[in-house]
Amino acid sequence: MTNQADLQPLFEPAGVVVAGASSHPGKFGFAVLHNIITCGYQGRLFATNRNGGNLLGIDCLTSVAEVPAGQADLVYVCVPAAAVAQVLRDAASVGIRAAFIASSGFGEGHDAEGATHAAELSMLADELDMVIAGPNGQGLVSTPVSLCAQFVGPFPPAGGVSIVSQSGNLASGVMNYATASGVGVARAISAGNATCLGVDDYIGWLANDPATTAIVAYIEGVADARRFYETVKAATALKPVVVVKGGTSDDGARAAASHTGSMATNDRIFDGMLRQAGVWRSPDIGAAFGAAAALAVHQPMKGPNVAFLTTAGGWGVLTADAMAGSPMQLMELPQDLMASLDEILPPRWSKGNPIDVAGGETRDTIPNALHLLAAHPAVDAVLMLGMGIQSNTAALMRRGQFADLEDIDRICSFHERQDRRYGEAIVEASEASKTPILAATELALSNPENPGPATLRQHGHPCYTSPADAVAAFSALFQRGRYLDQLGS
Amino acid sequence: MVTSTLSEADSKKLLAGYGLPILAERTVATAPAAVESADAVGYPCVVKLCGDAIAHKTERNLVRLSLGTAHEVERAATELLRQATEADGDVELLVAPMVRATREFIVGADRSAEFGPVVMVGVGGIFAEALEDVVFRLLPATPIELDAMLDDLDTQAMLGEFRGEPPVDRSQLLAVLQAVGNAMVDRDDIESIDINPVLIADGKAIAVDALVALR
Repeated sequence: MTNQADLQPLFEPAGVVVAGASSHPGKFGFAVLHNIITCGYQGRLFATNRNGGNLLGIDCLTSVAEVPAGQADLVYVCVPAAAVAQVLRDAASVGIRAAFIASSGFGEGHDAEGATHAAELSMLADELDMVIAGPNGQGLVSTPVSLCAQFVGPFPPAGGVSIVSQSGNLASGVMNYATASGVGVARAISAGNATCLGVDDYIGWLANDPATTAIVAYIEGVADARRFYETVKAATALKPVVVVKGGTSDDGARAAASHTGSMATNDRIFDGMLRQAGVWRSPDIGAAFGAAAALAVHQPMKGPNVAFLTTAGGWGVLTADAMAGSPMQLMELPQDLMASLDEILPPRWSKGNPIDVAGGETRDTIPNALHLLAAHPAVDAVLMLGMGIQSNTAALMRRGQFADLEDIDRICSFHERQDRRYGEAIVEASEASKTPILAATELALSNPENPGPATLRQHGHPCYTSPADAVAAFSALFQRGRYLDQLGS
Repeated sequence: MVTSTLSEADSKKLLAGYGLPILAERTVATAPAAVESADAVGYPCVVKLCGDAIAHKTERNLVRLSLGTAHEVERAATELLRQATEADGDVELLVAPMVRATREFIVGADRSAEFGPVVMVGVGGIFAEALEDVVFRLLPATPIELDAMLDDLDTQAMLGEFRGEPPVDRSQLLAVLQAVGNAMVDRDDIESIDINPVLIADGKAIAVDALVALR
């Protein structure tokens, strides 16, 4: 087991200092101070500027050494590279235990001076016993303390997904998906050059973080593959981890004495290593977020059996096709479940899976069916298709010139209420039964305010925009269940 | 860095100690002795020229397949011994029963500069290089981790019933993986291992060729 860095002062600081705050809205030193203030950071906030003065309501100190001792745990550094070492020494002298270094000039341009600064950082981390994130990174987000210590957006809603990225912009990318879906974020960090803290250090800490329910990492390379493997494998025993690996195409086979060696490209071994470590690998950021959202919100699947509940036939057919290439099954409905469904569904239902209610649903049909399916021991997961269709019609009616007709409002309101109830039933039934229920509808894209997807978003549940995305998310839940089973066996 | 290779016979002997499933084979020095061995292992049989310095027999045409009579064995053995060069050093003849199989896998291990020791399984045979359907794991690996490698192969049909043959006996293919993995973990002096091919006959896995490279 590798040494676990204590990142508590980084992610849950009782006080933050912005070193190098600026009055110029185009500068990092302005943007980060602005973001920390406007996103409502709950702790004490300090800022330094060579000339002092008041910035965004904060009276600036002229040096970090002036921060009252013990009042801050984290310093966010945006001074030039050559001045960083002094800032860190000053920070340590007032009890600051963590630094995020946004400044560049630490060897990322492969220059000698930068390399010297980078070496100095590593030395200072040991000497000052400080955790040092970055340099050359965008910053970090920690929703449990409402901290948005980054010079970019967004500040996503609070939730269980935590993000580690070797590209700052891809960290933002995952947070943008989180914002759009309502499946919120716990912590996010851009690792920058990862001079002192690597992706695995963050993953190791996040695995033990109570606010984190799933971890997404974007990785281009790791300094020590064996250390990464050990750390991530230990992490997946505690939390699901999703990885996107960049730079896979630039990886030709090497000349080797053995057939095995000639096949042993880095990406193939990396892929095998991720699987062996229990990681779910996704091809891109959108897919990674889709998987992480399901893993963060839902329990792993206990088996391969999926039931589809749909009010719209075609989607069920396509989703069944999408699932055919996966280890999951469009399950056969057991006799007792068929009998129970017969009691609550309209007579013309499909009498099989996909469970198509064929437009015959009344007020409680869908919520009752969701609860029934999720609670049945043979059902490992449920997919809800066709949510929001009636509200989509209602939206058109409400925009038309007959919107004032009394019956139109009554019917539209009924449909909107129904779609809201479907969303609520998905949340309630999956929480009560621990059976994952995913929903898929493109209305989450075309009409985000549609009460179906909007209700899921408000509850922090994912709503997939295509059946294929939902199937991919089920695959992640299924693999997670199987991996945990094997660990336990 | 590879410093030397073991002959096929010595490679197999080493790996058989770790449970590698191999055929009843014999190594002999002369053509008459090869005929005697062929009579014992049965016809049709295979005769190969082996030696520590001979790593790639197929490329040098040092393998004679489907020998059906004592006369054919004697002629093949005589030719093979004549093909040996000075650089080959000590050589011997390996006589083995001929196995007919429609499916082939490749199993191996290697030491990666970045990842350390790794084990591989892949689809073998004539389309292997086109398919590049191979799966890796880091060593050491648990039996469950090795088993999951087979699930990760793209060409899953290779593991099921195939042209009237029963499905691959996974435990046998795993025995190959385990033998290769354990040898690699156990022996610091091994640089790489190739088992190519592993033939599947009636669902059972047989390591037909093996090459251990030392460092």
